[in-house]
Amino acid sequence: MSKYYLNYLDELESEAIYVLREVWAQFQNPAILFSGGKDSIVVTHLAKKAFHPCKIPFSLMHVDTGHNFPETIKFRDDLIQELGAKLIVGSVQESIDQGRVAEERGKNATRNALQITTLLDAIEEHKIDCAIGGGRRDEEKARAKERFFSHRDDFGQWDPKNQRPELWNLFNGKHFEGEHFRAFPISNWTEMDVWNYIKRENIKIPSLYFAHEREVVWRQNSWIPNSEFLKLDETEEIVVKKIRFRTLGDITITGGIESDADTIEKIALEVSAMRQTERGNRSDDKRSETSMEDRKRQGYF
Amino acid sequence: MLDNNQLLRFTTAGSVDDGKSTLIGRLLYDSKSIFEDQLEAVENTSKRKGHEGVDLALFTDGLRDEREQGITIDVAYRYFTTPKRKFIIADTPGHIQYTRNMVTGASTANAAIILVDARHGVIEQTKRHSFIASLLQIPHVIVCINKMDLVDYSEDAFNRVIEQYEEFSSKMLVRDIRFIPISALKGDNVVNRSGNMDWYQGAPLLHTLETLHISSDLNKVDARFPVQTVLRPQSHDENRDYRGYAGRVASGIFRPGDEITVMPSGFTSRIKSIDIFEGEVEEAFAPMSVSITLEEDIDIGRGDMIVRSNNKPEPSQDIEVMLCWLNNSPAKPRGKYRIRHTSNEQTAMIKEVVYKIDINTLERNSEDKELKMNDISKVKIRTTKPLMIDPYRENRTTGSIILIDDATNETVAAGMVV
Repeated sequence: MSKYYLNYLDELESEAIYVLREVWAQFQNPAILFSGGKDSIVVTHLAKKAFHPCKIPFSLMHVDTGHNFPETIKFRDDLIQELGAKLIVGSVQESIDQGRVAEERGKNATRNALQITTLLDAIEEHKIDCAIGGGRRDEEKARAKERFFSHRDDFGQWDPKNQRPELWNLFNGKHFEGEHFRAFPISNWTEMDVWNYIKRENIKIPSLYFAHEREVVWRQNSWIPNSEFLKLDETEEIVVKKIRFRTLGDITITGGIESDADTIEKIALEVSAMRQTERGNRSDDKRSETSMEDRKRQGYF
Repeated sequence: MLDNNQLLRFTTAGSVDDGKSTLIGRLLYDSKSIFEDQLEAVENTSKRKGHEGVDLALFTDGLRDEREQGITIDVAYRYFTTPKRKFIIADTPGHIQYTRNMVTGASTANAAIILVDARHGVIEQTKRHSFIASLLQIPHVIVCINKMDLVDYSEDAFNRVIEQYEEFSSKMLVRDIRFIPISALKGDNVVNRSGNMDWYQGAPLLHTLETLHISSDLNKVDARFPVQTVLRPQSHDENRDYRGYAGRVASGIFRPGDEITVMPSGFTSRIKSIDIFEGEVEEAFAPMSVSITLEEDIDIGRGDMIVRSNNKPEPSQDIEVMLCWLNNSPAKPRGKYRIRHTSNEQTAMIKEVVYKIDINTLERNSEDKELKMNDISKVKIRTTKPLMIDPYRENRTTGSIILIDDATNETVAAGMVV
């Protein structure tokens, strides 16, 4: 076989770097949507590589629901310091205080949907014309149709039926005042690719991804972590389990799985043997069969 | 999965009736790429709709509208991995009105799967899909003759389709065509070899996909490097004089010391270094993203192209392209558009529609000059400044363009340089 070919991880990396450089070249003020989860960490790492030896030219935007894992916030702040990048925080609590959104009620109340307003407000306030996300097409069926460069109208909305055709690697980021784009450099990566890449590149990730003991409650088929925001009903009971998280979202909606995987190698091995999708532990996706699509249309990540 | 495994992108063309969704579902299901919760969801939906067993087609259903209408309306991407390769499927619909989606999916594909119903043989749609595969220069075409279970797994039926197919495809430029008799519904020759067709000596579909030789498909002769952006650190450390031209190699091989010419200015220099994050590399080839530094300080920016001095593309303001119209609004007669070619952008005018192709009969029509959604035509385009183009059949990256309408910012057409 010819030596002139890339392996799949190198090809995915090269594609993502190409996308990030296109974003930089085509937009005035792009920002990385940084959640503290592994996908946005990988995107940030790729941005570091894409512009080396320049500093990472994007600010990092975090939509803070107030329902965070403390570990996530610490990780975020350390990374910002290391990169010397600018951090933009959009606060859901502020949106609530200003009356822009109303808190959900009931036992399964979350701030997940409220983030949309905060995110769009922050994009508008900071004049972000391209928000770079760690979304992957393998995550969810509505995401399977995302473009690398995805147009949002002046209400921040996605119209999946009227997307710009994207051919070869010719991305069209042209937009009118008030509109913006979402860019997804790791569109073509799967969960397994992300883990293999984290392993290969030795990328730092929050401790939450590794197996650890934690107070949890069994709800909707996964272990929901105990926190000051958790409301228990009579049938539920807090127990201590050795768990880890496959995805990170709000502490109120992110379920853990029982696991002994406490190194990247063990996690990669565990993920390759998984028989459940990673978002299976996210109660925000379980609300209806089209809950991701409905949120994305409104402007969700 | 081994570290040296390659990525293969393929597209699937066919309509609901051909069993395309069932085929993809079968590939995912039999290669154990379906998760339990996905399977459970599909089992529930199958039951609700009154299907017997699992409706494999449901695995590839995406958006709400499609689920309601029972059709696929856009390009959806699927992923699966075997111990030999990682695969990306661009799943595109086969209906006539969705040529644009097929063209989109085909633009980055290494291989195309074309489905033919064994009972009906080659139909207009088969020709249309094959034509698009050849137009987009997909290097490998795999014709899957499906529903063999409904023709008693008959070798004659299989051979009849091959004969029909070869009759019309002889006029097309496809480098590698293979035929596989399958039943997506029953699982014959998709992942596992069929016990019902001993007369077939070839490999099942998945094995074929795993072993297609794709590394020789890339152009390694014509060294082309479109500059995306310039890297100039604003620091005061050892990098303060660094000036790197960032981009992705479109084709060919670059090495430090190579004599290069910057197009369109024509300035010449030598490559000083080829850098990636980890350090310098000895050579760069497609599709590597690198940063190139030169011996001389030359004014270079986005839209310029670095090429080897002994092998330059033809700068041209008058280009002929095969154009696929992608937008609801027809082309404006002698209309002006923005043209994107690699990282370069200019204003362009469609000067002349030479002919349109009737994609059902593949006949040329020189009378009808209106370019409507899904039309494929040969046109002459004039640009305000020269583009550094290669013929598409030699170079899929430097031979492709898109047109953008300034009034709407939409991508309205895609073209392949003749």
